[in-house]
Amino acid sequence: MLELKKAAFDYAGREILSDMSVTLAPGTFHFLTGPSGSGKTTFLKLCYQDLIPSSGTLHIFGKDVRAMDRDDVAAVRQRIGVVHQDCQFLDHLTMAENILLPLQVTGHEVASKLRDMEELMVWTGLAEQMDLLPPVLSGGERQRAALARAVIMSPDLIIADEPTGNLDWDMAQRVLTLLIELNKMGKTILIATHDMNLIRMAKNQVAARVLRIRQRQLELAGAEL
Amino acid sequence: MIGRFGAILTGDRQADRVVPPTGYTANLTAFTAAAMAFLSVFALALSLATDRLADRWSQELAQTSTVRISAPEGQLSRQAEAVMRILETTPGVKSARMMTNDEQLKLLEPWFGPGLPLDTLPIPRLIEVVESGNGPDMAGLRLRLEAEAPGAILDDHSRWRKPLISAASRLRSLGIFSIALILGSTAAMITLAAQSALAANAQVITVVRLIGAKDAYIVRAFVRRFTLRALFGALFGTVLAMLAIYFLPSAAQEGAFLTGLGFQGWHWALPVVVPVIAAVLAFWATRIAAVRVLRRMA
Repeated sequence: MLELKKAAFDYAGREILSDMSVTLAPGTFHFLTGPSGSGKTTFLKLCYQDLIPSSGTLHIFGKDVRAMDRDDVAAVRQRIGVVHQDCQFLDHLTMAENILLPLQVTGHEVASKLRDMEELMVWTGLAEQMDLLPPVLSGGERQRAALARAVIMSPDLIIADEPTGNLDWDMAQRVLTLLIELNKMGKTILIATHDMNLIRMAKNQVAARVLRIRQRQLELAGAEL
Repeated sequence: MIGRFGAILTGDRQADRVVPPTGYTANLTAFTAAAMAFLSVFALALSLATDRLADRWSQELAQTSTVRISAPEGQLSRQAEAVMRILETTPGVKSARMMTNDEQLKLLEPWFGPGLPLDTLPIPRLIEVVESGNGPDMAGLRLRLEAEAPGAILDDHSRWRKPLISAASRLRSLGIFSIALILGSTAAMITLAAQSALAANAQVITVVRLIGAKDAYIVRAFVRRFTLRALFGALFGTVLAMLAIYFLPSAAQEGAFLTGLGFQGWHWALPVVVPVIAAVLAFWATRIAAVRVLRRMA
């Protein structure tokens, strides 16, 4: 599904990530952890092709990212659901419209997914906020809405950057439960987080692999987690 | 191509909502298109009127010529009669008529005022010649006139006709050039407006690309918006210009050129192409701008 070989990423002559090799097989569950500024978000951006490795190779869904044109990138992103750290909504659209946006911009039938969207809104506790505009929502509400938008297309790979960062423990548990359910349905999950409790809780329910970025390199975290 | 325009007109209203409304740019684009269409219709009317004027001048002067006889008092009548005899027997001359004193007075009146004592002045006699078919052999006719009436000068009006036709042709070219300039300016302004709208919506574009939108989708959203604005703006400007031309004062001899500025017959259908051209220009200007901006954002 996603394979990095000796991949590195430089920015303005400075090496941010180096010599990374990892494979995310279909249906697997991964956490990505590491100190602030270690390059977790950069790694995720490489995974959804917001960035291209400076060296090494990256294959997503079997395709070399360097060989893709802009339409190929768009097609790959349609198979990836991303929860960005800053959520990124269109502020002039209601939350319901924002959540349906991936379907709309990729030419999918929106009407048939309205029920899914309503269920997701109820499940994420946002039923009352459907017709509100993003700027009036709290950080936690926006994060839950971002998760709803990421999964509405039923993507093969779900990437989440600190998805529980603004949530209380109850809601964080609910979000984790949703992600575990999606993983059981065969979806591949990659979550960047600082929250060790969340990782421990997930490991009790699912065979999650924990990756850690240390000194710009990716390593498999040991049993101390 | 027609399919693309059809899709733009029918469109996806929900997709339109992805790009936030930009009232100021929208109004400016529509206003620009309306103003440019208004000017285009006037330039078109000017070109067509010049065309008609050139044709009229050309036809009126092409079928006539004048023989002017300047001779001492005693010889004037004799030479005039000789000229008339020559003209009556010349092939290509339909008719020849000696102008009366009154007619000559009327011709001179604008320059010398009324009551000119024509009898006391050495005014040349004028003979109006109406030609038939391709007209007479002018060179041969001149030679015959020179031999039998040395004071007669044949004026076939080519001296007048050429600068008039040349002026009319120049005016027509200016009209066409003006239309081209107006269309070019329209395209430039729509390109600038589209670039500004794209820059203002960079965040929107980033978000929709991150969730899987292809460039074609984003381009379509902007192209549809600008094409429709240009179409409706130009339609308004065209209708306004056509009404203004329709209600111009009716024709009078004194102002024949100005009052002849309107459209005649099927020419009234020509302004219809102005909004269509404006829409096509907006379509391509926005499309090219959007593709360029998206590539730069990659």
